[in-house]
Amino acid sequence: MNLTGNYSYWVTIFIMIAGLYIVIARGNLVKKLIGLGIFQTSVYLLYIGAGKIIGGTAPILSPAFSTYSNPLPHVLILTAIVVGVATLALGLAIVVRIREAYDSIEEDEILEKDRIEDAGG
Amino acid sequence: MIADHLPALQVVVPLLAAPLMLLVRRGGFAWLLATLVSWTALAIALALAFKVREAGTISYAIGNWPPPWGIEYRVDALNSFVLVLVSLVASVVAPYARASVAAELPREQHYLYFTMFSLCLAGLLGISITGDAFNLFVFLEISSLSTYVLIALGRNRRGLLAAYQYLVLGTIGATFYIIGVGLLYLMTGTLNLADLAQRLREVHEIRPVLAALAFITAGVGLKLALFPLHFWLPNAYAYAPSAITAFLAASATKVSVYVLLRFYFVIFGVPLVFGRLPMAEVLITLSVLAVVSASLVAVFQRDLKRMFAYSSVAQIGYITLGMGLANKAGLTGAVVHLFNHGITKGAIFLLLGGVALRVGSTSLARAAGLARTMPLTSFGIVLAGMSLIGIPGTAGFVSKWYLILGAIEHGYWGLALLLVVSSLIAVAYVWRFVEMAYFREPEPGAARLAEAPASMLVPAWIMVAACVYFGLDTSFPLEGARSAVTVLLGGAR
Repeated sequence: MNLTGNYSYWVTIFIMIAGLYIVIARGNLVKKLIGLGIFQTSVYLLYIGAGKIIGGTAPILSPAFSTYSNPLPHVLILTAIVVGVATLALGLAIVVRIREAYDSIEEDEILEKDRIEDAGG
Repeated sequence: MIADHLPALQVVVPLLAAPLMLLVRRGGFAWLLATLVSWTALAIALALAFKVREAGTISYAIGNWPPPWGIEYRVDALNSFVLVLVSLVASVVAPYARASVAAELPREQHYLYFTMFSLCLAGLLGISITGDAFNLFVFLEISSLSTYVLIALGRNRRGLLAAYQYLVLGTIGATFYIIGVGLLYLMTGTLNLADLAQRLREVHEIRPVLAALAFITAGVGLKLALFPLHFWLPNAYAYAPSAITAFLAASATKVSVYVLLRFYFVIFGVPLVFGRLPMAEVLITLSVLAVVSASLVAVFQRDLKRMFAYSSVAQIGYITLGMGLANKAGLTGAVVHLFNHGITKGAIFLLLGGVALRVGSTSLARAAGLARTMPLTSFGIVLAGMSLIGIPGTAGFVSKWYLILGAIEHGYWGLALLLVVSSLIAVAYVWRFVEMAYFREPEPGAARLAEAPASMLVPAWIMVAACVYFGLDTSFPLEGARSAVTVLLGGAR
């Protein structure tokens, strides 16, 4: 078990679990989305941490450089970040609509209102 | 010339149609374009299927970058089958949607609805056709994001919460998938699915690969509503606009099943998935739980859309059951059921859309005496319900027959018996509709109700007819499924 050598993985896993915990444990719809964002961020780190070589540069063909970092994970994560932004934007837009329809963004209050509606109608 | 680019056009046509609809901002134009686009997609999918049958696997290098460096679109017997299913469902739903959407959504949202529909179609077709693991993630998110919007468009405010919950779970699922792909990339250095399959055989450090398998199973399992990851599905289906429920039920979960099939059998391979891990036992146990519990829950629903949504969870259980059996008959059953359940559930939800339009609600109580006011709709639901149960002469029978054969081949007699018993639970919930529609007096005032308009009834009945036709003449789905299973069991290529 090489604790310090796998440093980036430990950080990745910590962020991943922290994000997932917020999504599950919080009842506030916006906080849930924040947790979701943190959870997604851990994936960025997973890819980029693996692609980086200490002392490596961008892949430039030149006799001055011999160690290159893999550029592909960076490109992939650029795409993943775009996807993450789109998801967050859409999630927040839906929360705004929920606020308009229910006048609340707390999950338990919303479910309570649905229950009252069921009992009444 | 253009025939060489069919794999790219399959995705590009609906993808380009979406921004065009957004620019023109006309509901009628958007509907017309969506219909044309889905028909074009169906024509391309059929052309590809014929080409694959004659000349074998088609490999298309996007932008002429040769695979495995560039993104490859790869069409074989398995995904051409899925492409046909998805585009077929879309081309039936699109013409249907006009009247349904006009009744359910405010005018200014019509063009947005069809924009999202085209995007969703592009995403689903992209997932099926791509041969690149990361590209698959991007298409997964394109289809998911448009699905969240479509569900949130529903009339009931509960649709908003359903869309939000699906967004959270769907994003967790997609992120799990991409973590799994990341681990595979770390181990092999490639994202091309065919290349990945080959290089994984040479990996000796097996633990990260098993972790990747776990992440991908959980992630895709969320998207396909594998029991117990199905909690988002009933609400999402119940509160989405009618046409979208039909489209999603018939295609979205099926495409996710395809992804899982591809990863299990072609990429990880049978020895790893079923030899190193007890995935067969896990899948069979979860599937049986899904089939029995979701069918039982369906019996006690008070809303028809929710009832058939729970039935979908059960039916997906049948498909994953065939996957868990992992023999020729079981897999044939799974792939045929992919198709058969797609058309059956599509038919039911399309007909329920007509009920929602005329009655104003899909609650079971309001369906009293429906057979008198809407005889064609009621009879269609009964026919499709028979296919759901698996009565001989309907499509559903064929797939269950192969599943039972697959179970017996393993010597799982109890399982075979359970498959028959679970069909009886399906009889129970379909009967609840029959009793309401045929043996109850209509509510006073309901006599003025009329049949759904022809533009909705005709597409719905095309699906119902397909349920019966493919139950009598099984050659098309069975032949497709057989060659798909050869792809699955015959190694990577």
